[in-house]
Amino acid sequence: MRYVREMGRMLIFLVSSFGWLMRPPFRFIQFVKQLHFIGYKSTFVVVLTAGFTGMVLALQGYYTLRKFGSEGLLGSAVALSMIRELGPVLAALMVTARAGSAMTAEIGIMRITEQIDALDTMAINPLQYLIAPKVVGGLIGVPLLVALFDVVGIYGGYLVGVDLLGVNAGSYWTSIESAVEWKDVYGGILKSISFGLIISWVCCYKGFYTRMSAEGLGSATTEAVVLSSVVILVWDYFLTSILL
Amino acid sequence: MIKLVGVKKTLGAQPVLRGVDLTIPSGKLTTIIGRSGEGKSVLLKHMIGLLQPDEGQVWVGDVDISRLRGQPLNEVRKRFAMLFQGAALFDSMSVFENVAFPLKEKLRMKGPEVASRVNEMLEQVGLAGMGHKFPAELSGGMRKRAGLARALVMRPEIVLFDEPTTGLDPLMAKAIHELITTMQRTFGFTAVMVSHEIPEIFFLSDYVAILKQGRIAVMAPPAEFIRTTDPEIQEFISVGGPVVLSGAAASS
Repeated sequence: MRYVREMGRMLIFLVSSFGWLMRPPFRFIQFVKQLHFIGYKSTFVVVLTAGFTGMVLALQGYYTLRKFGSEGLLGSAVALSMIRELGPVLAALMVTARAGSAMTAEIGIMRITEQIDALDTMAINPLQYLIAPKVVGGLIGVPLLVALFDVVGIYGGYLVGVDLLGVNAGSYWTSIESAVEWKDVYGGILKSISFGLIISWVCCYKGFYTRMSAEGLGSATTEAVVLSSVVILVWDYFLTSILL
Repeated sequence: MIKLVGVKKTLGAQPVLRGVDLTIPSGKLTTIIGRSGEGKSVLLKHMIGLLQPDEGQVWVGDVDISRLRGQPLNEVRKRFAMLFQGAALFDSMSVFENVAFPLKEKLRMKGPEVASRVNEMLEQVGLAGMGHKFPAELSGGMRKRAGLARALVMRPEIVLFDEPTTGLDPLMAKAIHELITTMQRTFGFTAVMVSHEIPEIFFLSDYVAILKQGRIAVMAPPAEFIRTTDPEIQEFISVGGPVVLSGAAASS
């Protein structure tokens, strides 16, 4: 019963945030700040993760494909894995760890130190001022990071496959061109948008309703990261089964 | 005028307010005292709609806010300001930005108009030239002053003070109390203060109310309040030393 109530409260939180998003005043500067925080500031960790993911994919893929004499398909193997699955999922998990946890901690501290109550007393809705810009930041920022992840990952695969293992550069790119379809790209974009929503929704919710203690805030941050990650992986399975 | 009628509130399994009846007179400074954990802050939060009663009504003027939500509640809140126990300054903003925040957000004021109003307010609370500092760089007393500046910059009709001197040394506490009373007399707003500073509040307040076992046991001007015959209340108000009244209160 407690879980049903919690889920209902989470849903109301999300719907209310979207409701406040549509009402003026539109806080453009807040949106840009959140996009900068969630998107730009996650660039380094995403590029690093993407590069090594592409490299290890190429390494594993090369030795598997060589058994069948199909090294020329390495590019398509790396690109499809990246665009369909690894890009959206790993980028989302990295954003959860870096930006999601920070969102929960920031909002939680604002709750504990009565800064959210202060907004309320000034007749400024905290959902509109604090939460809605973060939700939009997640919705726009995560897809952009996923696109970056895909590109860097494919180039990471190129570096290992072509420069280190000697796969033909032309066949690497040609196999990508012939194997990747627009529906793969759309699927990746759709996943990344939904993951962006999950991260900002879960992490903001956990911060907003944190218990009023340091221990409560610590638990809220842990719960936010764990729940976001689990929901991302579960949702990924269902979305993949629909998209395939 | 704020009026609470039969307000009851239970938090968790703990009944906190058990039927509070209280009328806060306009343009006066009313202080609510009581033992720790009696629910004084909870009572204050009911007055501005941060908490809603399980039973009873909270009237602000002729509007019952006990069941109000959303925009109608925000309309009532525009008449209020609140100084929180920890000042609740936005720690990502400088003192200047904190004080300017309600002006920009609510009145849509811009540029030099905001600057002149904020600087004037900072000067009044003794923080002239401190606008560039961030809350983390301020002492407890300075934070309270900055919080007071932010609360008063919108020229509210009603200001709520939640233990404004908690955590301050006696001299700083006295300075903050003097600042509050000076501001209240200058701007004429209705002030409701929760405080433990006994006997000092008897000197400052127009009315004193005591919350005891979830109800208002006594609400009266200080001179009348100290004549209460309840031995428990007498012990509570005299444990910190003899009660000193202001000249006007003493003569009344």
